[in-house]
Amino acid sequence: MSETLFKVTIDNIVIEVPAGTTILNAARKIGGEVAPPTMCYYSKLEGSGGKCRTCLVEVSKGSEKDPRPMPKLVASCRTTVMDGMEVKNITSERVLTARAGVVEFLLINHPLDCPICDQAGECYLQDLSYEHGADKSRFEFQKRTFKKVDLGDKIQLHMTRCILCYRCVLVANQLTNQREHGILDRGDHAQIATYIQKNLQNDFIGNIIDVCPVGALTDKTFRFKNRVWFTKPVDAHRDCNNPKCCGEVRLWMRGDEVYRVTGRIDEWGEVKDASNGKPGWICNECRFDKKKVSDWVIEGPTNVNRHSVISQGHYVNSVLPQETLPEVLNGRQPKLLMDIHNVSEVNKPNIELSALDRPAHSTDF
Amino acid sequence: MGSIKLLLEKAHVEGIRYYDVYRREGGYRSVEKALKTMSPETIVEEVKKSGLRGRGGAGFPAGMKWSFIAKPEGVPRHLVCNADESEPGTFKDRYLMEFIPHLLIEGLIVSSFALGSNDTYIYIRGEYAWIVDILEQAIIEAKNNGWLGKNILGSGFDCNIHVQRGAGAYICGEETALIESLEGKRGNPRIKPPFPAVQGLWMRPTVVNNVETLAAVVPIINMGGEEYAKIGVGRSTGTKLISACGNINKPGVYEIDMTISVEEFIYSDEYCGGIANGKRLKACIPGGSSVPILPANLLLKTAKGETRFMNYESLSDGGFASGSMMGSGGFIVLDEDQCVVKNTYTLARFYRHESCGQCSPCREGTGWMEKILWNIESGKGKMSDIDLLWDVQSKIEGNTICPLGDAAAWPVAAAIRHFRDEFEWHITNKEEAQKRNFGLAHYANPIHVPA
Repeated sequence: MSETLFKVTIDNIVIEVPAGTTILNAARKIGGEVAPPTMCYYSKLEGSGGKCRTCLVEVSKGSEKDPRPMPKLVASCRTTVMDGMEVKNITSERVLTARAGVVEFLLINHPLDCPICDQAGECYLQDLSYEHGADKSRFEFQKRTFKKVDLGDKIQLHMTRCILCYRCVLVANQLTNQREHGILDRGDHAQIATYIQKNLQNDFIGNIIDVCPVGALTDKTFRFKNRVWFTKPVDAHRDCNNPKCCGEVRLWMRGDEVYRVTGRIDEWGEVKDASNGKPGWICNECRFDKKKVSDWVIEGPTNVNRHSVISQGHYVNSVLPQETLPEVLNGRQPKLLMDIHNVSEVNKPNIELSALDRPAHSTDF
Repeated sequence: MGSIKLLLEKAHVEGIRYYDVYRREGGYRSVEKALKTMSPETIVEEVKKSGLRGRGGAGFPAGMKWSFIAKPEGVPRHLVCNADESEPGTFKDRYLMEFIPHLLIEGLIVSSFALGSNDTYIYIRGEYAWIVDILEQAIIEAKNNGWLGKNILGSGFDCNIHVQRGAGAYICGEETALIESLEGKRGNPRIKPPFPAVQGLWMRPTVVNNVETLAAVVPIINMGGEEYAKIGVGRSTGTKLISACGNINKPGVYEIDMTISVEEFIYSDEYCGGIANGKRLKACIPGGSSVPILPANLLLKTAKGETRFMNYESLSDGGFASGSMMGSGGFIVLDEDQCVVKNTYTLARFYRHESCGQCSPCREGTGWMEKILWNIESGKGKMSDIDLLWDVQSKIEGNTICPLGDAAAWPVAAAIRHFRDEFEWHITNKEEAQKRNFGLAHYANPIHVPA
């Protein structure tokens, strides 16, 4: 059976894709910068997309039959291609302006607390603002905050960082027996919550951490333990007896310690299908409880995009530059003039910040 | 004089709310005519010929919308009546449903027959709690008299009408959000396509129409589409209900035939009766809160110096640069004592509150606009805020899932476009602006039109 192929031109690059393909997926086939950024679309989740508006593109020619351009920018993740369609992504000024607008909107209420956020280094909002954001904010008001909602001892929710992509809601709908969290309220106070505080306990709910594009849902067992760029990603697998779990994971290690277990994420930020064809979702047991090297069969280091901060600095076994002061001082050790702790209460050495189970606060010092 | 009345002709007959009086006054004739002498296709054809345009705001031709409905074998189709009238300034549907509910029921039966909808829904705004009782009473009366239920008038057509109350969200007036809400879900607009005509309520082909649109089907069937199209002017056919409010002597719901001028509508005693308390007209929002506001000089005359009429084409003459829209017919009049900045702030607050929060430009942008406007209004504004406001609205407009983003952006854009002086005055005279209003200024001065 031969598929009908549609010819589409995206940013002047011609590609043929099967009928029914979305503009976004056609652009992903071309790859590189032609693929619009996505914050809410997730190809493995049915019904995702259309909400964040970062993937807006201009359709300058509707199709061969109806060459009229589409009046509005369209969400490429939810618009299917037509034969002869011409799409402008990075070649369109309109698209870039609108995208910059969307990034600004996403950031005005985002706390920008990257220095204390566990997602930093693998955050799609960071990447997006780096590529499309402005260098300063025009928002001069208090950012919105939310009452804290506890989702249990495995998953940490930071509602202030959330961009309401709905991916976690779809994960709970499509992977678990019962969704226990959802979107409450509406408008700028819409929030992810459980209504009556409730632990999320389903054995697949941990996948909401992997799909979260920002630091709104993070792994409590990894919280403040390490920065992702200090850890080394390693692909591994185990025989998981949960039939839905694919058992193929990524271990984030430092030395011989397994700090974190996640699904294997592909270049579009989505979990990869496993080698046996199962979707790449992993169960909570693999994710949260198997934190020993002996639990896993290590396959080898993960191939990380060299532009990623994760591939930049590996501080384990790094060689420190030689201390030059003694040499300059003819072999004498530098003299300590004053120990700051003798005169100041700041940065008490007995406080171990990494042992805190919450962000460090000024009262901790 | 625009005195042709099709919908509200009998509105003042004593007891018209009840079946006996309504029937005595000629009610349900259109159902008899339609079910006994017409086929669904000919009804759709009549509505197409009538040129009836959707009365909910967008003004899309109703007959065209009906003809888009998909008809897959074995799949039920639905007609949904959008009675979630929540636009500030619009209250025409409330009047219609409250005083002549049978007109809507009659229109619904005919339309359901035309579309093949055996289960038809009225999705009504939650705040209209008492009207639910009126409608349900009317439905029972209609059913008891054989106009609803099984095999209506022996035609073999079954139809039931269900009334469903919303919970008070403006967004549920957007047709796909309405469908979601009707299904019992969170009222988030769906991403289109698929359009409701293909996959609507419970993924079945669905048509969603405004109350007034469906009521207008009754005179169309009674008099014939071509006759109906003769009323009005150009592509603005038939009559339109206008809910007039604000600083006028006679606020209320008026039926106009779209040939009268805006000036006549505001000043004649038959309609608004002039500006209240002898004040002068400053500005007007002619079609419900989401359409662009116009200063007096552009409201009464177009930019070309022609008289502006109360119809779809004339109100939108000049595009958004110097025109507005017919919208839903919520006619809000502002006199010289009204502050456009405060008015714009109030609208921005409304849209921030009613945004569903699904897509980022609307969720974040509406709140941002409200905050900037509050700063300007309360004497904390900066000159750069005006340009910022303009930039923010331009980044919301057209980039959202549903028209709520546009509806939030347009009033802000129009206010800055036409009333920039007033915004600037608020910023340069912070203390004075807290004590008095900018007043009429030059907003009513005639605009020079080059010959």
